[in-house]
Amino acid sequence: MAVTQVVRSEWTKIRSVASTVWTLSLAVVVTIALGMLISALSKAEFDSLGERERLSFDPTFISFAGMSLGQLAMIVFGVLVVSNEYSTGMIRASLAAVPQRGTFLFSKLAVATALALVVAMATSFAAFFLGQVMLGEHKASIGDPGVLRAVIGGGLYMTLIALFSMGVAAMLRSPMLSLGILMPFFFLISNILGNVDATKKVGQFLPDQAGSKIMQVVTPVDDETPYGPWGGLGIMALWVIAALIGGYVLLKRRDAQ
Amino acid sequence: MIEAVGLTKRYGDKTAVYNLSFQVRPGAVTGFLGPNGSGKSTTMRMILGLDNPSAGRVTIGGYPYRKLPNAPRQVGALLDAKAVHGGRSARNHLLSLAQLSGIPARRVDEVLGVVGLHDVARRRSKGFSLGMGQRLGIAAALLGDPQVLLFDEPVNGLDPEGILWVRNLMKSLAAEGRTVFVSSHLMSEMALTADHLIVIGRGQLMADMSVKDFISANSADFARVRTPDTEPQQREKLSAAITEAGGHVLPEQDGALRVTGLPLPRISDIAHDGDVRLWELSPHQASLEEAYMRMTQGAVDYRSTIDQKEGLQQQLPPGAQPPMPVPGQGQPGWYAPPPPQQGGQPFAPPQSPPGQAPAGPYGASGVPGAAPGAPAANPYAQPAPQAPQTPAPAAPPAAAPPAAAPSAPAADLTKPEDAR
Repeated sequence: MAVTQVVRSEWTKIRSVASTVWTLSLAVVVTIALGMLISALSKAEFDSLGERERLSFDPTFISFAGMSLGQLAMIVFGVLVVSNEYSTGMIRASLAAVPQRGTFLFSKLAVATALALVVAMATSFAAFFLGQVMLGEHKASIGDPGVLRAVIGGGLYMTLIALFSMGVAAMLRSPMLSLGILMPFFFLISNILGNVDATKKVGQFLPDQAGSKIMQVVTPVDDETPYGPWGGLGIMALWVIAALIGGYVLLKRRDAQ
Repeated sequence: MIEAVGLTKRYGDKTAVYNLSFQVRPGAVTGFLGPNGSGKSTTMRMILGLDNPSAGRVTIGGYPYRKLPNAPRQVGALLDAKAVHGGRSARNHLLSLAQLSGIPARRVDEVLGVVGLHDVARRRSKGFSLGMGQRLGIAAALLGDPQVLLFDEPVNGLDPEGILWVRNLMKSLAAEGRTVFVSSHLMSEMALTADHLIVIGRGQLMADMSVKDFISANSADFARVRTPDTEPQQREKLSAAITEAGGHVLPEQDGALRVTGLPLPRISDIAHDGDVRLWELSPHQASLEEAYMRMTQGAVDYRSTIDQKEGLQQQLPPGAQPPMPVPGQGQPGWYAPPPPQQGGQPFAPPQSPPGQAPAGPYGASGVPGAAPGAPAANPYAQPAPQAPQTPAPAAPPAAAPPAAAPSAPAADLTKPEDAR
């Protein structure tokens, strides 16, 4: 079983369902539009900000504000790519055709991740440039130190979120269960844990909290985060690897239901 | 060649398949029968490496499926026709499966033509009917031109034309020397399609034999004899005479007698000698369905009961008769005549002892299609138990009831439409 055959087949699968187009375009639109909106609002409010806030003002990070919602569409994309196989029963045909389950899973993930990476990078750059347009005189330039790293990091962040969702979906199999856990987690729970002082020490090691560090250019005043931008992305990558290993081991051992 | 050895599958403390050993040989259609929940699908999934056996093993051509080199080119399977992403077109679904095994895209169009779906190839499979979905599943199984084919309930939801097509497809695949393994609930289908049967019940092997052997081993033919209803003493007299002559008599509910162990002409002679008039003397041949039901009676997990409609009973209009229960509804033991027991004489043994009427008392011996010259009667297509069945010209029952005359055309109608 040549890997290229499986990859080609997975590409046919992913391009031939409507959910791919819907979830990815939603991720693009929401991330960019919300980023532009918040950038515009921030510009209007800049004059009323206090000294501390002005020191922490991070135009790059603000233009990525839409990612908090846009990542949810990425999660849906990641979950559906994997769990579609289970909810439709297609997994039986797929695994009957590719008895090497590792090849099957990782080819699928490779195709979906490559697609997600392309879309996420484009989204990240678009969100940055359009957000800076809205910020007017407070804008950052792509040539400023750390900005290019943040913009590329934004694309990587969205890709890793999608990949993490794929791993979780491979473990849980059901799209409802996977979305029911991932959506509230990334939309609410992680934010709460990361912002409440009592839980901040733990919360900052959650995948999205750690990973989003890469999009910061200006470190906020009295920030005590014990890792840097790449360290944060590394922590997120560890989460992703753990989810993928879990998905692989379970797929390998479980009966294909 | 599929070979299972001691195959066992447990889900928690429930054993779905226990110690199953069988072989599915190439060049024949092998039917896989069993009541609902008896482990057919689980077995098929284990053959395809989707489920891991708890014990034992199953191999295809000597390899376990997951070790089989280029498996999709060697094995094609239809497991669940609805296991398709509804938003994907039929062509893309097959294309993704074809690309997995390096099958060129034009083969996809080929099989779409073979199953008759080329007109809807680019439509989303969400809108497909059950029969169209089934055809799509069969197309997927045929894709790699495999030597081993597994079909789980292939005729579900197909129209008569589709059923005929599947039947001929199976036979032609087997005739090309391929291994064809088909599960079905439709006994009539199996009687027409399969050469060999593997029957399981509660996950255990109950039979592994040819269709012919299966029917003759699990059911005996019998004769229905009816004496004038107005003279019960004639019935007594005939019963005694038949028993004396070595036959077995079982009274039926409507007053008729079920006789085993004697050929029809002999029953007629006995009646004639005893001066008993007959209103009916008809041959009954066991069908595959009866034989199957008899065998699996004890292994059925889901059995219907009579619907009492407690609390829903409506007042019958005055003068109306309460409906009679349909035979078989919640009445165990109506299935088939008892199989030949030790001590009991099998009725119409296929190999009649010399000196007896040629080709058995009913013309065709107990096995359909066994008598040369006699058209292979469909053992299941018998519409009513009263209809005389055997159209064989040899030794027509001497005292046959009036229905004997139209028996030949009637049998022609029941003849299967398989034109092969």
